[in-house]
Amino acid sequence: MNQFLKRRFFDQIAVMFGREPKKPAAISAPAQQIHVLKRATNKEKLQAATLAHERAKKVHKWRNLRWAVLIVVNLMFTFSFWLDIQILEGALTASRFVGFHLIDLNSALQVMLAHKHIIVNLVIGTATVFVLWLILGGRSFCSWVCPYHLVAEWAEKIHLYLVQKKLVTDQNIDRRLRTLSWIVFAVLALATGYTMFESISPTGILSRALIYGPGLALLWVLALLVFEVFFSRRAWCRYACPIGLTYGVVGILSPVRVKYKLDSCFHEGDCRKVCLVPHVLDTVIKGRAVDTEVPIGPDCTRCGLCVDTCPTGSLTFDVKGLSKLL
Amino acid sequence: MSESKPPDDTQTPATPPPSRERVRQARRRWLRTILLTGGVMGAALSGFLPLVYARTKRLRPPGALDEKDFLSSCIKCGQCVQVCPVQAIKLADLVDGFGVGTPYIDAREQACDFSCDAVQCILACPTGSLAYKKPAFLGSRKGARLAAAPILKAKEKDAEPTLNLSERIGVARLTRPEACLAIQGKGFKGQVRGPSFQGRLRYMEVDRWKPIGVAEHPYDLAECDLCVRECPVKGAISIETVFAPDGSKRKSPVVHEPCVGCGVCEMICPVEPTCIVVDAREVWNT
Repeated sequence: MNQFLKRRFFDQIAVMFGREPKKPAAISAPAQQIHVLKRATNKEKLQAATLAHERAKKVHKWRNLRWAVLIVVNLMFTFSFWLDIQILEGALTASRFVGFHLIDLNSALQVMLAHKHIIVNLVIGTATVFVLWLILGGRSFCSWVCPYHLVAEWAEKIHLYLVQKKLVTDQNIDRRLRTLSWIVFAVLALATGYTMFESISPTGILSRALIYGPGLALLWVLALLVFEVFFSRRAWCRYACPIGLTYGVVGILSPVRVKYKLDSCFHEGDCRKVCLVPHVLDTVIKGRAVDTEVPIGPDCTRCGLCVDTCPTGSLTFDVKGLSKLL
Repeated sequence: MSESKPPDDTQTPATPPPSRERVRQARRRWLRTILLTGGVMGAALSGFLPLVYARTKRLRPPGALDEKDFLSSCIKCGQCVQVCPVQAIKLADLVDGFGVGTPYIDAREQACDFSCDAVQCILACPTGSLAYKKPAFLGSRKGARLAAAPILKAKEKDAEPTLNLSERIGVARLTRPEACLAIQGKGFKGQVRGPSFQGRLRYMEVDRWKPIGVAEHPYDLAECDLCVRECPVKGAISIETVFAPDGSKRKSPVVHEPCVGCGVCEMICPVEPTCIVVDAREVWNT
């Protein structure tokens, strides 16, 4: 990692906690060269490319795969209970995969802070899940497993339709709120001895509803979705959910990420339009990439929507180290 | 399509004063942020209300820590629900406040009959909310601790007849002696709780490993002793001859110290409403 990427690495951590992305202070020489060359790009060529892109078929490869994984994982919980096949017992907050403990990191944190007593099974389960998401990419939990993410994606479609019809506008909110809510819920758990966040976590509520049957708690999830449809796009995941931040922190050192290649990018910005966390894609803005190849920051949910959308293949999934070997 | 510039992407090095529109936008954004914060925090704090108002005690699964510790340690995964062979354990809903997703037992509908033999729910608990033995630093309320490991009647002839349980979850209490069939000297014939009752119980004489519906097991008793007959714990309840308030002798169910509060007596009582209930989190008072 050169000094430019190193600086960006720490920048992106600050961005995850809520700072707005800034123009980079320094850009590597090869990247600077490409930026300069791009200013002189033939306009006709660019237009032809844009046209070709507009005619191109929409790809949903990663999205379809991701939805399949998300649904299968959640149904594994459901059917383990319904059919009593005992593959994945429990709910998303804590479970057992063929007998082996798995415990959601944020739930574990809440319980540890509230109860102030940690038993061995809790440690085993938390450590396993920590390693799992360290390898698989931190917030990929959000987009590949969290059931709320899926229903929120559908609500987002309605929201975007209404925006297009000019019936609603997306009201953006200060992203530092998520960091604040993480701190508040951690302090509340520690101070009151109740796992406050667990009582309103739509992830837990939905997961339990899928396994043990629906309940009144789903009304809260519905309220969140209504808020997102009519008021603010993906508000819970973007601005409020402490689970996302917990997994984001795990993802800081994760080798699985989306990588951006500067030279082939047309800077159309389609990726930023589909992204749940567009602040991580600030690097695709013209003149911002600090190097010829830039990994996307830890707040990225590795959902692959940008990879599907990018007409030039400038955004791809990448496994640090592994790509070099292959 | 061209990339639209984000609002903070200024070209000149010196920052120009923000436009009035920009200031207004920023102010609106702050208001929205405060609104969402208030909404989320309000929703979270609303969990306190039932805690303040409702004092109804719920029967927790066997081995549950004291309520406060239980609520702080339960991770709401429902693994205890999944292992229970009679599905006695249910998860609480929104109206229970912090109880969202925490397990409880409605003994009248389906009591814990220990037909798993090993208190599986405790084994399944990943956070120690349900524990065979409480960690020392949590302390124990007087009378909550069982004098001896309870002997499971079903396992009485086994090499290890006891149940791995060190604290009771409640104590049974005869609440309506005037309606009790045993006290009145009446018998019972037919299906306890009627033909549509869904509750299940392990009947050793039918199948040791498979609990069956209570409705499938009709009784014909000259004198009702169902609460004693079906109690899974040895010596927890018996029919004794006692003195009635008027000085006459009569028979009555009497609860003893080994009662763990499983609630089978509450489920099996054929009188509506039940004559005997388990007081959740009650301790044994000598």
